[in-house]
Amino acid sequence: MAFLEIRNITKRFAGQAALEDVSADIDKGEMVCVLGPSGCGKTTLLRIIAGLETADSGSVYIDGGDCTSQPPGKRNFGIVFQSYALFPNMTVSDNIMFGLHRRRGLGREEMRARVDDVLGMVDLLEHRNKYPRQLSGGQQQRAALARAIAPAPSYLLLDEPLSALDAKVRVRLRGEIRGIQRALGITAVMVTHDQEEALTMADKIIVMNNAAVVQTGTPREIYDRPATPFVANFIGFMNFYPAPEGVCAIRPERIELTGATDGCDMVAEIKGFEFKGAVTRIHGVLPRQTEICVDVASEKADALDVRASDRMYLRIPKEHLLRYPASAAI
Amino acid sequence: MRRIFGQAGPAQLLILSALILSFTVTLIFPLFSLLSKAFFDKSGAFAGIRNYIDYFGTPSLSVSIRNTAEVSSVTAVFSVLLGLAYAYALTRTNIRGKAFFRYTALIPIFLPTVVHALGLVYIFGRQGILTGLGVETELYGRFGVILSEIIFTFPQAFLMFAVALEVADGRLYEAADSMGVSAVKRFFGITLPDIKYTVVNAFFVCFTLAFTDFGAPKVLGGGYNVLATDIYKQIAGQFNMNMGAVVGTLLLLPAVASFAVGQIVTGRNTSTVSSKATKLSVADNRPRDAVFFVFCSAVSACFLFLIAALCMGALTEYYPYNMAPTLRHFGFNASAGGIESYFNSLEMSLLTAVFGTAFVFVYAYMLEKTRGFDMLRRYGRLLSVLPLALPGMVVGVSFIFFFNARSNPLHFIYGTVVILVLSNILHYFSVPFVTATGSLKKLDREFESVSDSMSVIRVKTFLRVSLPLSLPAVLEIFMYYFVNSMVTVSAVVFLYGAKFKIASIAITHMEEAGDISQAAAMSLLILLINAAVRIAYAITANIIERKNL
Repeated sequence: MAFLEIRNITKRFAGQAALEDVSADIDKGEMVCVLGPSGCGKTTLLRIIAGLETADSGSVYIDGGDCTSQPPGKRNFGIVFQSYALFPNMTVSDNIMFGLHRRRGLGREEMRARVDDVLGMVDLLEHRNKYPRQLSGGQQQRAALARAIAPAPSYLLLDEPLSALDAKVRVRLRGEIRGIQRALGITAVMVTHDQEEALTMADKIIVMNNAAVVQTGTPREIYDRPATPFVANFIGFMNFYPAPEGVCAIRPERIELTGATDGCDMVAEIKGFEFKGAVTRIHGVLPRQTEICVDVASEKADALDVRASDRMYLRIPKEHLLRYPASAAI
Repeated sequence: MRRIFGQAGPAQLLILSALILSFTVTLIFPLFSLLSKAFFDKSGAFAGIRNYIDYFGTPSLSVSIRNTAEVSSVTAVFSVLLGLAYAYALTRTNIRGKAFFRYTALIPIFLPTVVHALGLVYIFGRQGILTGLGVETELYGRFGVILSEIIFTFPQAFLMFAVALEVADGRLYEAADSMGVSAVKRFFGITLPDIKYTVVNAFFVCFTLAFTDFGAPKVLGGGYNVLATDIYKQIAGQFNMNMGAVVGTLLLLPAVASFAVGQIVTGRNTSTVSSKATKLSVADNRPRDAVFFVFCSAVSACFLFLIAALCMGALTEYYPYNMAPTLRHFGFNASAGGIESYFNSLEMSLLTAVFGTAFVFVYAYMLEKTRGFDMLRRYGRLLSVLPLALPGMVVGVSFIFFFNARSNPLHFIYGTVVILVLSNILHYFSVPFVTATGSLKKLDREFESVSDSMSVIRVKTFLRVSLPLSLPAVLEIFMYYFVNSMVTVSAVVFLYGAKFKIASIAITHMEEAGDISQAAAMSLLILLINAAVRIAYAITANIIERKNL
């Protein structure tokens, strides 16, 4: 039995479905990312797991117990919001202390020790007496994380925790959050719309679209075997082209460039080059005006010596080729 | 259970219900008493619209409607124009002395309206300063009342425009300048459209205030009757409660109408300044600044002159015959209420400020920061805007009808400080409520979620987070309630008891009895405490703001 079980949750706001019969299982100690475009219902799902929102129907089980109608305070979780929601009138350690009230008979000294503990984990010990406004965005995020884990919750909820941060800080914090989650062995559910974040951080990804779960799996499964064209296109980039029996899809980095004669599957006319640093994306057009992209390592692209309106010869490895019925929407 | 209670627990439902119930008892029930009185005759039999037919059939009464409308519309036009120009000078020009001009413009707010009229008596009355210099005016009647109402409503219009003109998208003005648009065209093309809703709102606010004011026509009306003096005569003079109720409903009508328009106007007011807006930098323009400086100086000189006139009356032996300085007018006659009335006013205003602030803030918090019980909250929100449409006279009269009824278990509060405090809290509820709600809306809505997740009780979150973070708003509400309670006449004139007279009423009685020097002296005492409270507020708010930077 999974640690967190979500069973057939439906939730509507003013008639508009936010969640439609959503189910998911989350195992103990797992880091699960709920990934989807904005408005897909992922935040509502998180808030229902937290008890901050009540489902119209369906149930939530935590550790085998039905907690569908439990208020948030009884569920024993920690939560980090995109806005951090740090109390601006309290120092970092007061923010953490705020949630440590009379918790399981902790004395004043033990509470202080606990604050030091979590501040050490997020590396904020020397900033303990600062107010949130005196901290950088990344530090505020870490303070919010410390506050969330201080009461030793049995699971952690993260609502777009990194979206408000600079790209560099975001990448570093991914690793830090993941590290702390692993060290504590705590079950975590993170909501994000950033596919890279989900791929790098998650043990398991739940992809949502239009109030429903589209696919659940490990990052590799989601990336290599997307269940629908939507998932394929939402995570990374995907080439689609028509085939007799439906639609074929292939990742641009899976396509191999060959010489004109040996084992080429398709011929495309080169339209342009997009230098992306380590790789260069070659944009091309297949006959019947279907666009296709091929990613090659930049040094290889230099060696190729091709230019626009030249032809390129493509080999499509069968093991990486995906097929979808023609009716599937992209 | 939780499906029934939604997000909030039973405790929250209990608090919310208690707040809304007490609001209903002090607002809806008295209002209902007023309406029912208007449709019954003296013997208690149903009269239908017969009271109204009687009213409009009595020319001496119905002429008041025309007079009141005349006073209010002229007042509103002047106050809007003056307030707009004054606010424009303070926000869109580079004149010197802006802080000075801002505070002098607020002087009338710190005084009861009877005092504005009293000041005019000192200036334009039979022995007035300017009358002595040969300025002949017909002070008693239409002219005096209008002049006094302009003094009363000008600060309101000014404050509204000052807020509206404070924000501007500098990019629009830079774009206009780069296109070589003239200053006049820029004003009518950018500035005015930006504040057009404020113009409409300010007009209605001034109109309604002048329409329902009691103080100025009481002193200066003479034979020029308006609705507010009529209702007083009917109720306090002739004990004709039913006719009083009829006038009360008439007093309500324009307020309700302007309120409705106001709702429509603010509902459409979505053209807020974009978040990308740059700050407007006011270009140098000496001739413009000179004109506005002269204008602001003239307006503030008028207000200062008013205060100077009061000082002269209060601090001289027997103006204008014996100008020897004295403090003897501060020894107030006991018959009009004595110095006792001043302390009563302080007590009442403090109680109003303390309990009013607490009620408003908790009420706003419960509506803003809890979830569930949508029907109840919608009703609560409706209650919170209603007082905006209620003139003080109507609050006062409906309170008599409701609380003075022998059968009412709350009858015992009649004539005590409690009913005065209640009427003030209700009468001035809407503005503090908007202040509190606005401040709470600015707080991260996840503060409550975070606290819930850590199973921190809501009371602790309220006391440790929401309340401290809203401290500036709390202080502002406190000050607003205090200052308004010190100067109010209209609601309390029906409600004060013989044993608990207050200063603003005492001034009215001193003026009536001919002790206008004492009335002026008492006015100065009120001005003093209100100015002190306002300054204390400004200093505290400043300290808090600096601490939070």
